[in-house]
Amino acid sequence: MKLAYWMYAGPAHIGTLRIASSFNKVHAIMHAPLGDDYFNVMRSMLERERDYTPVTTSVVDRNVLAQGSQEKVVDNIVRKDREEAPDLIVLTPTCTSSILQEDLQNFVARAQLDAKGDVLFADVNHYRVNELQAADQTLQQIVKFYIEKARKVGDLQTQKTDRPSVNILGVTTLGFHNRHDCTELKRLMADLGITVNAVIPDGASVEELKQLPRAWFNLVPYREIGGLTAQYLQTEFQMPLVDITPMGIVETARCIRSIQSVLNSQGEPVDYEGFIDEQTRFASQAAWFTRSIDCQNLTGKKAVVFGDNTHAAAMTKILAREMGIQVVLAGTYCQYDADWFRDQVSEYCDRVLMTDDHTQVANAIAEIEPAAIFGTQMERHVGKRLDIPCGVIAAPVHIQNFPVGYRPYLGYEGANQVVDLVYNSFTLGMEDHLLEIFGGHDTKEVITKSVSTDSELNWSRDGLTELNRVPGFVRGKVKRNTEKFARDRGLTQITAEVLYAAKEAVGA
Amino acid sequence: MTATIEPNTPALQFDCETGNYHTFCPISCVAWLYQKIEDSFFLVIGTKTCGYFLQNAMGVMIFAEPRYAMAELEEGDISAQLNDYAELKRLCEDIKRDRNPSVIVWIGTCTTEIIKMDLEGIAPKLEAEIGIPIVVARANGLDYAFTQGEDTVLAAMVQRCPDATQQPPAAVDDRNAIQKLLNFGKKKEEIQEDEAGYVNHQPLVLFGSVPDPIVTQLTLELKRQGIKLAGWLPAKRYTELPALAEGYYASGVNPFLSRTATAFMRRRKCKLIGAPFPIGPDGTRAWIEKICAVLGIEPQGLAEREAQIWQSVEDYVQLIRGKSIFFMGDNLLEVSMARFLIRCGATVPEIGIPYMDKRYQGAELDLLTKTCQEMGVELPRIVEKPDNYNQIQRIYNLQPDLVITGMAHANPLEARGINTKWSVEFTFAQIHGFGSTRDILELVTRPLRRNGALKELGWDKLVRETTSV
Repeated sequence: MKLAYWMYAGPAHIGTLRIASSFNKVHAIMHAPLGDDYFNVMRSMLERERDYTPVTTSVVDRNVLAQGSQEKVVDNIVRKDREEAPDLIVLTPTCTSSILQEDLQNFVARAQLDAKGDVLFADVNHYRVNELQAADQTLQQIVKFYIEKARKVGDLQTQKTDRPSVNILGVTTLGFHNRHDCTELKRLMADLGITVNAVIPDGASVEELKQLPRAWFNLVPYREIGGLTAQYLQTEFQMPLVDITPMGIVETARCIRSIQSVLNSQGEPVDYEGFIDEQTRFASQAAWFTRSIDCQNLTGKKAVVFGDNTHAAAMTKILAREMGIQVVLAGTYCQYDADWFRDQVSEYCDRVLMTDDHTQVANAIAEIEPAAIFGTQMERHVGKRLDIPCGVIAAPVHIQNFPVGYRPYLGYEGANQVVDLVYNSFTLGMEDHLLEIFGGHDTKEVITKSVSTDSELNWSRDGLTELNRVPGFVRGKVKRNTEKFARDRGLTQITAEVLYAAKEAVGA
Repeated sequence: MTATIEPNTPALQFDCETGNYHTFCPISCVAWLYQKIEDSFFLVIGTKTCGYFLQNAMGVMIFAEPRYAMAELEEGDISAQLNDYAELKRLCEDIKRDRNPSVIVWIGTCTTEIIKMDLEGIAPKLEAEIGIPIVVARANGLDYAFTQGEDTVLAAMVQRCPDATQQPPAAVDDRNAIQKLLNFGKKKEEIQEDEAGYVNHQPLVLFGSVPDPIVTQLTLELKRQGIKLAGWLPAKRYTELPALAEGYYASGVNPFLSRTATAFMRRRKCKLIGAPFPIGPDGTRAWIEKICAVLGIEPQGLAEREAQIWQSVEDYVQLIRGKSIFFMGDNLLEVSMARFLIRCGATVPEIGIPYMDKRYQGAELDLLTKTCQEMGVELPRIVEKPDNYNQIQRIYNLQPDLVITGMAHANPLEARGINTKWSVEFTFAQIHGFGSTRDILELVTRPLRRNGALKELGWDKLVRETTSV
C-alpha cells in the first residue's frame, strides 16, 4: 500500500479509452462498477465534446460478484453493436475486472459471433502499466488487428504512394494540445511537399488502417504514444520512422532533417535546408525573439522543468539551448522510460529527477526557488503557494489547457507559442518583485474602501460568524444589504436571524 | 411515530431499468465530509482508478492540503503477499503523526470488497493499538451511487454516537481530551442558547451533512416553533457527535440517508420522523409541520412564511411555470427536486433515480402525489436504475424544456439544442430551508435564462444532422 494524494498518469483503462474514443466509430465497453465511467465526464468537460463519448459500462455489481458476468458482457456488446453499429467494440478491463479474473477474451469471442462489427479485448494489465503505456499498447493492438485482418482477406495495401507521404501516429483525445499540434504538423508536411497518408488514432476510421503501409514513413511526434505502433510497422513493412519531437526551433530542424534523409534514402532528392533557414530566421518569430535585447534579461535565470517525457525534454532543451536559461532541475513522471529522458536532457540541466510523487517535486522546487517553473497543473499550484510563476507544459491539465484558440506546441508556430509562454512567465515574476519592493499598488486603499464601514449598526457575534461564512467576493454586498434591511426595520442589533431574514427578503 | 409504512398511493408509477447510467462513485462523499467534519481524516482504500476519479472530480480542492488520501493498493496487496493489517497500520501511523485527526474514516472500495479485505475486523484492533477511532464505511460502486456514500459513512457513525443515558458522555481517551483542550475557545460557534422560548419535548436529532449556514438556518427555523435540537449528525467535529438514547426522535434532511435512518431505529432505538425533506419552501414547511405534529406542537406562522417566500421568488418561478423538466437521475435528490419544481408550475415526465427507498421517502412521495393533484399535472414516471441510452431516446421524443443530468451528457445534449442543468451542482449548492429557495431556482433557471438570452442567434443545434446517437 502506498499513501497517495495525487497522481500524474492515470490508470491503464484511461489510456485504452483515449485511444478507442479517438477513432471514429469505435466504441469502448468498460467492465467496471458504477461510477468508473468518469472518463466520459472528462472528455465531455475538458474537450467540450459535442458528441456522446463512445464509452459505456457493462456494470459490475453484487450479482456479478456472486455469479460472474455470465451473459451480461456479451449482451452489452451485442446490444451496442446493434444500437450504434460501430466498426469496432473494444472491451476494456479495469482494476476491478482484473482481480475478478473472468475470461473476458472468451466473452469477446462469443460476442463476435453475433456482432456485425469487430470486437477486441484490450490487453492491458491494470497493475503493471499506466495510462500512457496502455494507450501505446492499445493503439498497436488495434493497428495490428486490422493489418492482419486485411492480410487475411487480401486487401492490405502495401503499394507506396506516388509522392512522398507520411502517417502521423499518436494524436489522441485528451492529449495535451494534440488537436492544435496535429493541424500544425499537417501544415508543416504540406510545406515540405509531403502528403499525409493517415493520422491515427484521432478522427481516423479503422478502415483506413489497411492503408498505413502506403506511406513512405511514420512520424511519431510524442514519445509516449505511437512508438510501439511505429516499431510494429517498421518490423512488418520496413517502414522508416521519425521519432524526433519537432518542439522548439532546433528540434524542429532536426526532425525535418531526419525526414529529409528518410526520403533521400527512398530515392526522393529533397533538400529542406533552405526551408529550415527561411523558417528559422524570418518566417517564425521565435529565433529572433530570443535574440532580441528584451530576452537578455532572461539570461541565467533559474528554471525547473517537470512533465511527461516529450514535453519536459523538449522544454529543457528550448530553455537551455535556445533561450540561455539555466535549467536547475529537469524531471519526468514517466519512470518506466527514465533512461530515454536522462539521455535527452542530462547535458542541458544541472539535475535530473525521476518521480511520480508530487511532494518530491514540490520539495525540490521549494529548495531551488527558481524564477519560473514549467510543469503540470500540480506544479502550477506549487508555484502559487510559493509565489513562483508557472507555465503549464504537460498533462495532467485542467480545462483551461484545452484552449479554443490555436495553440500548438509543435512546429514553427509552436515555437512562437512556447517563447510567449516562457517570456510571460518570467515577466510576471519580475513585475511581482517590483510590486513587492515598492510595497504594492499605491491605489489599493481607494479601491477597496468599503461603503458600510462606518455604520452605527451592531453586529452580534453569531451574525458576524454567519457573515464570515459568506464567500468573500459577495460578503460586502451581503453586509450592505443586511444593514439596509436592518435600518429599514429600525433594528440595531444584527444577528444571524436578521441576516437570513434579509437574505430571504432581498434575495441577496 | 416511525416512517410511513402503508403502501404508497398506487397512482405513482415505478419502473426499473438496466442500471446502465452515469453517476459519481460514492467515494466522492469524502470531498464534502472531510470539510464538514473538521477533525477527521478520510482514507480511501482502493486503486489508482479511485484516486484518479477523486483527483479529477474534486478539481481545485485537491490542492488545499486535503484531509483525505488514497491507500493505493498494489499488486502485492491484491495477491496477499503483503499483510493488510501491517500495511494499514503503517499508513495510519503516518497519518496520526502528520495530521493527528480525532477520527480516521476508512472508505472501503470495490477492490477491498472483491478481495474481501476485512476492514471491519481490522479496524477495532488497530484502533486500540494507535488510539484513534477508526470508522469503516463501505462506499463502493458495486453497491451504491454517489450521495449514498454519505449514507454509508453516517450509518457507521451512528454507532459511534455517545450514549445519552451515561454521564459524562462516554469515557473518551486521553488523546481526544487533548484534542478538546486544543479546540477550547476556538470557533465555538453554536447559536446562543437561552432556555426560554423552547417547548418541552422529546429530544430530537437531525441527520445529514449540510453546510454550516444551512445548519444554522434550519436550527433557527425549528427554534421559531419552540423546538430545541439535541444534536446533529454529523457535527462540526467528530468529538461532538450527538448523544443518543432510546426514545429520541431522529429526522433526515436528505433523501439518500435510508441506511442512516435504519441505523438510528434499529441500532439506537430512536424513533424516525418520516417527513418530506426541507428542500423548497413547500418541502421545508411540510418538514417542520411533520416534526411539530410528532412532537405535539402547533406550528406557528408557516403558511404566511411560505407564501412570503413564494412571492419573493415569483420572477424565477415565472420562468419555470409550464416548462417540462426531465430528471435523468444520479444523486437521489430527484424526487424532492421534482416535487418542488412541480409546485413551481413545471411538469415532470420522468424522474430517474439510482435507488428508491419507498419507506424512507414515503412522506416525500406522498407530498409529490399531493402536489401533482393540486397543481393538476400528470404524475411523473419514476424510473429506478435508469438506462441512459433509453432515456436519451425518450428525451428526443419528449423534447423537454430542461434536462437535469450528469456532466457526461450535458454538453452533447446542449449541442443538440436541449437545455441542461448539471445535477451535481444540487449536491454541492445550499438547497435546504426557506432561505435557499432562491439559490435552487437560480441554478434551475440558469440554463433557461442563458439560452433565452442567446435564442435570437439561431444557433440552437450545433451538430451536423448526420451525427445521430
